[in-house]
Amino acid sequence: MPVPSIELKGITKTFGHIVANENINLSVNRGEILAILGENGSGKTTLMNMIAGIYYPDEGHIYIDGKEVNINSPKDALDLKIGMIHQHFKLVDVFNATENIILGLQEDKYDIKAASKKIQDTCQRYGFEIDMNKKIYEMSVSEKQTVEIVKTIYKGADILILDEPTAVLTPQETQKLFAVLRKMREDDKTIIIITHKLHEVLEISDRVSVLRKGKYIGTINTADANESLLTEMMVGEKISLDIERTDPKNTADRLIVKGVDLYNKEGVQVLHDVTFTAKSGEILGIAGISGSGQRELLEAIAGLKKISGGEILYNNPSTNETENLKDKTPLQIRNLGVRLSFVPEDRLGMGLVGNMDIIDNMMLRSYRKGKSVFLERKKPKELANRIINDLQVVTPDAKTPVRRLSGGNVQKVLVGREIASSPTVLMAAYPVRGLDINSSYMIYNLLNQQKENGVAVIFVGEDLDVLIELCDRILVVCAGRVTGIVEGRTAKKEEIGLLMTKMKVKEDKDNG
Amino acid sequence: MAKEKTKESLIHITKRDTLPQWKSWLIRIISIVVALIFCALIIVLLTGENPIRIYATMIQGAIGTSRRVWGLLQNVAMLLCVSLAVTPAFRMRFWNIGAEGQVLIGGLATTACMILLGNSLPTYLLIPLIFITSILAGAIWALIPAIFKAIWNTNETLFTLMMNYIAMQIVSYFAYVWSVPKGSGAIGVINGSSQAGWLPTIFGQKYFLNILIVAILTIVVYIYLKYSKHGYEISVVGESENTAKYIGINVRKVIIRTMLVSGALCGIAGVLLVSGTDHTLTKDTAAGRGFTAIIVSWLAKFNPIYMVLTSLLIVFLQKGAIEIASVFELNDSFSDIITGIIIFFIIGSEFFINYKINFNKKEEDK
Repeated sequence: MPVPSIELKGITKTFGHIVANENINLSVNRGEILAILGENGSGKTTLMNMIAGIYYPDEGHIYIDGKEVNINSPKDALDLKIGMIHQHFKLVDVFNATENIILGLQEDKYDIKAASKKIQDTCQRYGFEIDMNKKIYEMSVSEKQTVEIVKTIYKGADILILDEPTAVLTPQETQKLFAVLRKMREDDKTIIIITHKLHEVLEISDRVSVLRKGKYIGTINTADANESLLTEMMVGEKISLDIERTDPKNTADRLIVKGVDLYNKEGVQVLHDVTFTAKSGEILGIAGISGSGQRELLEAIAGLKKISGGEILYNNPSTNETENLKDKTPLQIRNLGVRLSFVPEDRLGMGLVGNMDIIDNMMLRSYRKGKSVFLERKKPKELANRIINDLQVVTPDAKTPVRRLSGGNVQKVLVGREIASSPTVLMAAYPVRGLDINSSYMIYNLLNQQKENGVAVIFVGEDLDVLIELCDRILVVCAGRVTGIVEGRTAKKEEIGLLMTKMKVKEDKDNG
Repeated sequence: MAKEKTKESLIHITKRDTLPQWKSWLIRIISIVVALIFCALIIVLLTGENPIRIYATMIQGAIGTSRRVWGLLQNVAMLLCVSLAVTPAFRMRFWNIGAEGQVLIGGLATTACMILLGNSLPTYLLIPLIFITSILAGAIWALIPAIFKAIWNTNETLFTLMMNYIAMQIVSYFAYVWSVPKGSGAIGVINGSSQAGWLPTIFGQKYFLNILIVAILTIVVYIYLKYSKHGYEISVVGESENTAKYIGINVRKVIIRTMLVSGALCGIAGVLLVSGTDHTLTKDTAAGRGFTAIIVSWLAKFNPIYMVLTSLLIVFLQKGAIEIASVFELNDSFSDIITGIIIFFIIGSEFFINYKINFNKKEEDK
């Protein structure tokens, strides 16, 4: 048995009461590519950050070449020849590639010519194609990533960790990256690649380690793996959560989304021809790997993002009229009498104002009421106290800034406010992310109550078990496209898991 | 297996939750005490004077006679007025550092009214007209960067700063046009004999009206920010633009409206300085208050009531420092050194209120 290049034993990391990694064991050998596979929030990045010196484990040991090490900072990691390429690049925009690469290196003298030569050699050796004199801000995402990789190698890394490197790449760019990674493997480097794309795991890795909800599930040789086996490891067996689900009553088409296209600020299309209908009295789940367009979809419906094509229609139950919400601002939508509530993913950055107290946060939705130029704080105060009582919000009082509350209580305040305006459509993005079991169940119950009241509930979730038990129908998205709508009562996790990753596979095949 | 330890850093800094009020005030008071001790040390080292005597002279210089007290209050009022003006913008995280220019343009409008209409309009019309034109002038000067920010997202800090220099040059130009005697480049006292357009003296106190107006403004701005719908929108936009958009606030409109308020208040400061105090205009009429106001507002955490205290502190230090510079025949810069040290300590104390310093133990107990 060769001594593994990196070995992790019993690594545990907690953030407050949330366990991000629990007793994880891993090992990687030299000249090997290990894929770390897991859903969002399964603890992949946290684990790698501990190797890269960004976090420090609460428990457990890390061994490099058989010797136990203590990695306190990224510099310690670099001294141990560990380099990590993060999802968010850490480059100086106004510098060119060469300058970025030698930045922060403590060599005897600043000799840019010698450095350029060395960088050129590195590029040739691994087959990087990049103009080293190009400024970062002129580069594409893929070029920036290349600079990050060259930088890491130039600094002497033998162990490379790549955090979802393909998330930002086109299929062709991905192929180029994989070719580079293979050359590095031949060069006896140790490579760890984080991903949740099954076909990439099968294509590039030698072995796969799977994490699920912070726990280590197992490692298998890629040669013995296939998609359904990996999906099962990744999503786990069906766990019964005992969330009550009543049959939808008196359903009517409430919100009709037709062929919606949307481009983000960078001009990349993030929604492609999205079509679905949300019905009153049912919970429509949206499943997908995060970043597949769920956020943009909800923001488009709420009037926060301008869609470039398609229609968003709302059937008003009190007037029986149909309103087109396209090109309307949130205020215009509200003024049309559309009672749309939205629990956004970013609770403190969008749904609430962290530095304001609970009362003032209640006012966000209602402060405009009345002609007076002054605020009316009496009703918001009553509402705040009612929510604190009904939803058992743990807080000293209603005058406490919401940022001082724990994640679960912040969410109760937000959901409480959104429900208080008696909506006809309620959209909730990851409403139970980071919440403990009890708070999560309270949120499920609230959503169920809304459904009973005839609200069209749209629930974007990441936990497939929850989606399957809570939702009446589940819309599955992948890379901004709808890949399927399944019935919550009969759906299988594997089926949804495959739909969540399906599109990319097809695309890759199309591209040869 | 031998455990190879790399070095661990001795301290690490973590963000505090939130300190109780009394603790944060304790830290602030300690910081002032430490600052005074530190200043005393500097005084002894550099001048060899007795620090207690120096501090006594400072107090004497600031509030030694009733004339000095009125002078102090007048200066506090002027500084506070400009601070009130920048505060709505600051609460919106719009860094308006152009108050200096907005005050000057307001003052220019006042001067124009006094010179051009001083002899033709009765006082009961002239004074309101002065206020209206000056408020408009200040507001327009603030509106220009606000529009650029709202529509093209230009950097408001640079923009408002540059507007200061333009304002100064415009004032210099008119100081030449209206100079008495012609060509001297200085306006001199306007309407010295008729006192047309001068704010009236009340209770025999020249500055009483100024102080009263600013006291009222303080309360108005406090109520505007805390209890009005506009004030609420300002806070939401300042805290999180995403939240503002999410609940349907028109962010552009709020930026423009708030800067109009900011500029209007600067315009009033211009009236009080020209019509209520100096009765003349130079490009130094604002006397750097547009910049000092930033410190006043910031130290008071953008709360108008606390700003009474912080502007008092700063004016007190300035007055006291000028006194010690002349009594002990110290260099002028010496007073600035002391003021600088004290403000540095006060601002520095905020770090200890927000962050906690942990000393790592030698071995982790596992």
